[in-house]
Amino acid sequence: MKLTLKIWRQPNAASTGAMHTYELDGVSPDMSFLEMLDVLNEDLNAKGEEPIAFDSDCREGICGMCGLMINGQAHGPEVTTTCQLHMRSFEDGDEIVIEPWRADAFPVLKDLCVDRGAFDRIIQQGGYISVNTGSAPEAHSIQVPKDAADRAFDVATCIGCGACVAACPNGSASLFMGAKITHLGELPQGQAERDSRVVNMVGQHDHEGFGGCTNIGECTAACPKEIPLDVISQLNRDLRTALRHGH
Amino acid sequence: MTDSHSEFSSDVDSHADAPTIDPDLIDDAVDYFIPGEPLVDTKAPSGPIADRWSTRKFEAKLVNPANRRKLSIIIVGTGLAGASAAATLGEAGYNVKSFCYQDSPRRAHSIAAQGGINAAKNYKEDGDSVHRLFYDTVKGGDYRSRESNVYRLAEVSTNIIDQCVAQGVPFAREYGGLLDNRSFGGVQVSRTFYARGQTGQQLLIGAYQALERQVAAGTVTTYARHEMLEVIVADDSSGQRRARGIIARDMVTGEVQTHLADVVVLASGGYGNVFYLSTNAMGCNVTAAWRAHRKGAYMANPCYTQIHPTCIPVSGSHQSKLTLMSESLRNDGRIWVPKRKEDCAKDPREIPEEDRDYYLERIYPSFGNLVPRDIASRAAKYQCDDGRGVGPEVDGVRRGVYLDFADAIARLGRDAVEAKYGNLFDMYARITGEDPYEVPMRIYPAVHYVMGGLWVDYDLQSTIPGLFVTGEANFSDHGANRLGASALMQGLADGYFVLPHTIRDYLADGPFEKIDESHPAVVEARTSVEERINHFLTVNGTRSVDSYHRELGNIMWEYCGMERTEDGLKKAIDLIRTLKDDFYRNVKVLGTADSLNQSLEKAGRVADFLELGELMCIDALNRRESCGGHFRAESQTEDGEALRHDDAFAYVAAWEWGGEGEKPILHKEDLVYTAIEMKQRSYK
Amino acid sequence: MTSVATPTLVKGARAARSTIALKLLMAVSGLVFIGYLLLHMYGNLKVFAGHDAFNEYAHHLRTFGEPMLPYTGLLWIIRLVLIVALVAHVASFVALAARASKARTQKYAVKKNIASTLSSRTMRWGGVALFIFVVWHLIHFTIGKVNPAGGPTNDPYNLMVDSFSLWWMTVIYLLALVALGLHLHHGTWSALQTLGLTGNARARARAKRLGVVIAVLIAGGFALVPLSVLFGLVD
Ligand SMILES: Cc1cc2nc3c(=O)[nH]c(=O)nc-3n(C[C@H](O)[C@H](O)[C@H](O)COP(=O)(O)OP(=O)(O)OC[C@H]3O[C@@H](n4cnc5c(N)ncnc54)[C@H](O)[C@@H]3O)c2cc1C
Ligand code: HEM
Ligand code: SF4
Ligand code: FES
Repeated sequence: MKLTLKIWRQPNAASTGAMHTYELDGVSPDMSFLEMLDVLNEDLNAKGEEPIAFDSDCREGICGMCGLMINGQAHGPEVTTTCQLHMRSFEDGDEIVIEPWRADAFPVLKDLCVDRGAFDRIIQQGGYISVNTGSAPEAHSIQVPKDAADRAFDVATCIGCGACVAACPNGSASLFMGAKITHLGELPQGQAERDSRVVNMVGQHDHEGFGGCTNIGECTAACPKEIPLDVISQLNRDLRTALRHGH
Repeated sequence: MTDSHSEFSSDVDSHADAPTIDPDLIDDAVDYFIPGEPLVDTKAPSGPIADRWSTRKFEAKLVNPANRRKLSIIIVGTGLAGASAAATLGEAGYNVKSFCYQDSPRRAHSIAAQGGINAAKNYKEDGDSVHRLFYDTVKGGDYRSRESNVYRLAEVSTNIIDQCVAQGVPFAREYGGLLDNRSFGGVQVSRTFYARGQTGQQLLIGAYQALERQVAAGTVTTYARHEMLEVIVADDSSGQRRARGIIARDMVTGEVQTHLADVVVLASGGYGNVFYLSTNAMGCNVTAAWRAHRKGAYMANPCYTQIHPTCIPVSGSHQSKLTLMSESLRNDGRIWVPKRKEDCAKDPREIPEEDRDYYLERIYPSFGNLVPRDIASRAAKYQCDDGRGVGPEVDGVRRGVYLDFADAIARLGRDAVEAKYGNLFDMYARITGEDPYEVPMRIYPAVHYVMGGLWVDYDLQSTIPGLFVTGEANFSDHGANRLGASALMQGLADGYFVLPHTIRDYLADGPFEKIDESHPAVVEARTSVEERINHFLTVNGTRSVDSYHRELGNIMWEYCGMERTEDGLKKAIDLIRTLKDDFYRNVKVLGTADSLNQSLEKAGRVADFLELGELMCIDALNRRESCGGHFRAESQTEDGEALRHDDAFAYVAAWEWGGEGEKPILHKEDLVYTAIEMKQRSYK
Repeated sequence: MTSVATPTLVKGARAARSTIALKLLMAVSGLVFIGYLLLHMYGNLKVFAGHDAFNEYAHHLRTFGEPMLPYTGLLWIIRLVLIVALVAHVASFVALAARASKARTQKYAVKKNIASTLSSRTMRWGGVALFIFVVWHLIHFTIGKVNPAGGPTNDPYNLMVDSFSLWWMTVIYLLALVALGLHLHHGTWSALQTLGLTGNARARARAKRLGVVIAVLIAGGFALVPLSVLFGLVD
C-alpha cells in the first residue's frame, strides 16, 4: 500500500511544532502501525533526515508506553493499543494524520512523545494500599467475594496509557483515576485508606491541570482495555462519601 | 574486606582428583578463552539446606534505623525485581534512587508476563511443599543451578503471595473467596497463582504502587527516561574497590549525569533482544549488565536461553518483535506441516489428511504435541529447515508450522474451544488477520527468557563489591532452563525478601568514604560515556542501527539459537566480529546528543549486544553438552534427546572480561548437590 | 531547557475544593431545576383546563400557605432556591469550563467524536442559550410582563395566549425547548453519574433512558402550550 502521512514534528518541549507530510510506499497490511513508522524511519535515516520519535516498548498491548492520535482517534480506529493496530485497518492511498496526545498535563517532549509523569504523581497520592514488606497477614486470612475480585481485576487492567485523557474534550483523567479507585475500593484491603485516597488523588489530578469530567464518554470509547464509565461513578461516589466524612 | 578477585576465588583442589574427562568434550573453545581460577561462593552458609537462609539472615549485620537515611542505594530497573527492592528499602528508611528507561516505572517488561507465579502454599493440599518446589526447580533447571539459592527461593515464595494480596493484587479467586491455583508448565501440583492472563501486570502494578508510595514518603526518588550507561567502580583511600554509582543519560535532555551512592543494584532484566526478535520489549537491553561486566563483574552461563515454541511467526522483514501465545494451546491443537514441499504455499484446508505430517505425534508417540518446550521448538525448526515450513516466505524461507484446532472444534464444538482459548484466538486474529477458527494457526518458536546473567553469590552480590544483581539480570536460580511461572517468583523474592537482608550486611560498614565527581573513577566513567556517544554521532556511515541489530539477531538465531554446533558457533563468532567492526565504522546515527534521540539510545544497546553475542557463542562453544535450553547437536542421544555431561560440565561458567579485543577468562564454580540427586531426563 | 513545570505533590487536598465537588454542585442545582420545571410544566398544562382554572392556579401559587406564609411567600421561597441554584450552576459551569479549556491549549488538527452524543457536546453553549432565554423569559412573564401583542398584562392566561399567538414568539420558545431537551437528555444521566448512582452497566443504561424520558417529557410538555395556541386549540 501507499500512504500519505501527516505527522506532528517538534524538536523539543520548548519549541513549537508543525505537521509534516511524508509519502510511504510498500506498506504491507501485516505490519503493525508502529512497524510502518519503523519503515518510515529507516527511510528518513537513509535520506539523512532525523527519524520521528515515538514511544513504544512491549509492542503487545500491555505496557501502556505507546499511544498516538491517529486520524483524530486515540490509538486509531480499533479498540486496542497503537502497537496492536495493524495496517490492514487502512487502505491503499489513505491519508493518515498522526499527532501526539494533547493535554497540557502531558507536555510534548519531542515529535510524538509526551510526558505522562502526572499519572505517576496521581498514584503517589494514594493509589496504593499501605503495607510494608513483611507485615502482610497470611493470604488466606483475607477473603474476597468472587464478584468483587473479578470487578477489581477488570478495572485493574488499566495500562496507564493516557488515551482517555487524549480523547476527552475536557482533558480529564477521570477514567484512569476511577479505575484505580474502583480497583482498590472493591477489596477489603483497600478500605482503610478509601477516603483519603480519593481526596488526595483527585487533588493531584486537579493540580496537574487535567479538566473536570462531563460524563461525555469519549474516554471509555478510546480505552484499549475497555474500562467502563462505572468507574467514574464510583470515583464520584467515593469523593462524595469522603466529603460527608469531612475530608 | 579484601579485593574482589581474591574474595571470590580460592584454590579448590577437589579439581585435582576429579575423574578424568574425555578431552574431546572440553576443547572446543580453547582458542577463544583463557582459563581462570575456580570460583567459590563464600557467602553460602553451610548446614542443613532448610536452615541456610535463616542462618544467613541472622548472621547478616544490622543497620541502625537512624543511619539508614545516610545510606544511599541506586537501583537500576523497576521491574518486579527492582521496584520491589526499591519499595522495601525505602520503607526501611534508606535513601533510594530508582532508574528506568521507560517513561514510568510501571512499564518494565515484567508487565508482559502472562501465565502466573509459583508459590509453595499447598492450598490445594496436593502434596506441594517448599521442598517439592525446590526439587522441581532444580530438576527443571537441568541440575545447573545452585541448590542453596533455589531452596531459598522456594522458601520465601509463600511470603510473596501474602505480600501481594495485602497490596491488593487481584489474583483469581474461587467462589468461596479464597485464592485459586492452577498447575502450570507440566508440574503435577497446582501451585501457580494467576490474575487471568495478566499476572505480571498485576504483580508489577502492586510493586509499582508500593514504590510510588515511597516516592511520596520521600525515601525513593525515581528517574524515568534515564538510561544507565556506566557503573562507577572506585577505590577508596585504603585501596578497597567498590561500586559507588552510575553514569546515566537523561533520555529527554541528553544530559549525562553522575549519580553516586553507597551501593548499586542492577535489576535491569534479561538480554533476549540480542536475538533482535524475541518476546522481550523493544528496549530490553544488556547495557547495564554489560557495562558492569566490563568493569569486573563476571557474566555467568550467558548461552543459556529459553526458546518458547508457541509464538506468532514472523510476517516479514519489517517484523520488530514477536508475541508469545500461551502454551496451553498445545493441549488441544495438533501441530503439523505438509509432507511435500510443493504443498507449503497451499491453503492448508485443501491439503488432505494423508498429505499432512503430524511430526510430534509421529516422533514422540507418548507425549505427542505436549513434549517439553525445547523439544517442540527444535522439531519445528527441523521441519522448516527441511523446506516444509508454512506461512509467508521471509528471506526465502517459510518459518512456521500449523497448530490446528479443526479436530478440537469437531470434537468439543466451537463454543467449548472459544470458551477455553477465545482471547488467544482474538489476539492471534488481530495480529495475523486470519481467523483461527477457520484456518489453522501458524506458530514458530521465539526467544523468550535468558537464564544466564551476571554472576552473584548467595547474597546476590556480583564480583564487584557493592554491586548487587537481582531478577532476570542475574544467573542465580534457574540453571539451564527456567520452569514456567518461576521468573516472577524470583524477581519478587529477590526484591522483597532477599536483597533487603543481604544488602544490609554490606551497608552496615557504610556510609563509605565520600567520593565526588572529581574522583578519577568518576571522571573516567563519565568521559568514556561521553566519548561513546560522541563516537556514534560522528561516524556518519551508511547503515542504520536497526539494520545491524537485525543482522546480529539473524546470526545469533541461526547459530546460537535452538541448536548449536561447533562449526556454527565458530562461524558465528567470526561473523559477529566482522559485524562489530563494521558497526563502529559505518553506523549512521542522526540527531544530537542533547535531545531525545532514539537512534542514539539503540546504538549504545546494539554495541553491547555485539560483544555479548560473541561471549554467548564462546560460552555455547565451550559447553559441549546439551542441558536445559542449551542444545549442542554433538551431544544428543540416538533419539535426538539432550545429553548432559555432568562429569565435565556440572559447573557455572563465570566469564571475566579480558579487556578490549582480548580473550575472556573462564572461572568455574562447581555445582554441588547435597539435598538432591542428579538425573537425566527422558521424554520418549 | 524544557517548558515543563517542576512537578509538585499537593499537600492537604480537600474534597470540597475538587473539580468533583464543583460537579456535585452542578448536578444538585441541575436536579433542582428539573424539579422546578416539572412543577412549572404542570402549571402550564392547566391552560387546557381553561381560562379560569389557569388563573386560579396562578393565584393559588401566590396564596399558598397563607396565613403561615405571606402573600407570594411560597413563590419567593421557590425563587430564592432557584436563584441560589442558578448562581451555583452557572458559577460551577464557569469554573469547570475554564479548567477544561486550560487542560488542552494546543488543539488537535483532526479530532473525531466516537461515543459522545450531540447533547453532551452542546451542554455549554446550550446552557448559555438557556441562560439568555431564562433572562428574557423572566422579563417577559415575570418582571417586565411585556405583552408583545399589545394586550393586557395582568391576566396570566391572556398574556400567555396573546404571546404565543405570534409565530415568532412561538419559534423562540420552541428553539429554547429544543435546547432544554438536549440539555436535559445529557444532564439527567450526567447528574446521576456525578452523584455516583450509576456504578454498573445496568444503572447506566437506566440513567440514560431516564434522560430521554425527562427530556421528552419536559420539552414536550412545555411545547404543548405554545403549539396549541398557535394552532388555535387554545384561545
Ligand atoms: C512475554 C513474556 C511472558 C512471560 N511470562 C512469564 C510467566 O508467566 N511467569 C513467569 O514467572 N515469568 C514470565 N516471564 C519472564 C518474566 O516476566 C521476566 O523474567 C521477569 O519479569 C523479569 O523481571 P526483572 O525485574 O528482572 O526485569 P524487567 O521487568 O525486564 O525490568 C527491567 C528494568 O530495568 C530497566 N533497565 C534496563 N536497562 C536499563 C538501563 N540501561 N538503564 C536504566 N534502566 C534500565 C528497565 O527500564 C526496567 O525497569 C515472561 C516473559 C515474557 C517476555
Ligand atoms: C432550565 C434550566 C437548566 C436545567 C434544568 C439544567 C439542568 C442541568 C442538569 C441536570 C445538569 C447535569 C449536571 C451534571 O452534569 O452532573 C446540567 C449540567 C450543566 N448545565 Fe444546566 N441546567 C439548566 C440551565 C443551565 C444554564 C443556564 C447553564 C449555563 C449558563 C447550564 C450549563 C450547564 C453545563 C455547562 C452543564 C455541565 C454539563 C455536564 O456536566 O455534562 N445549565 N444542567
Ligand atoms: S483508563 Fe484506559 S485509556 Fe485511560 S489510561 Fe487506563 S487503559 Fe489507558
Ligand atoms: S508498546 Fe506496550 S502497550 Fe503498546
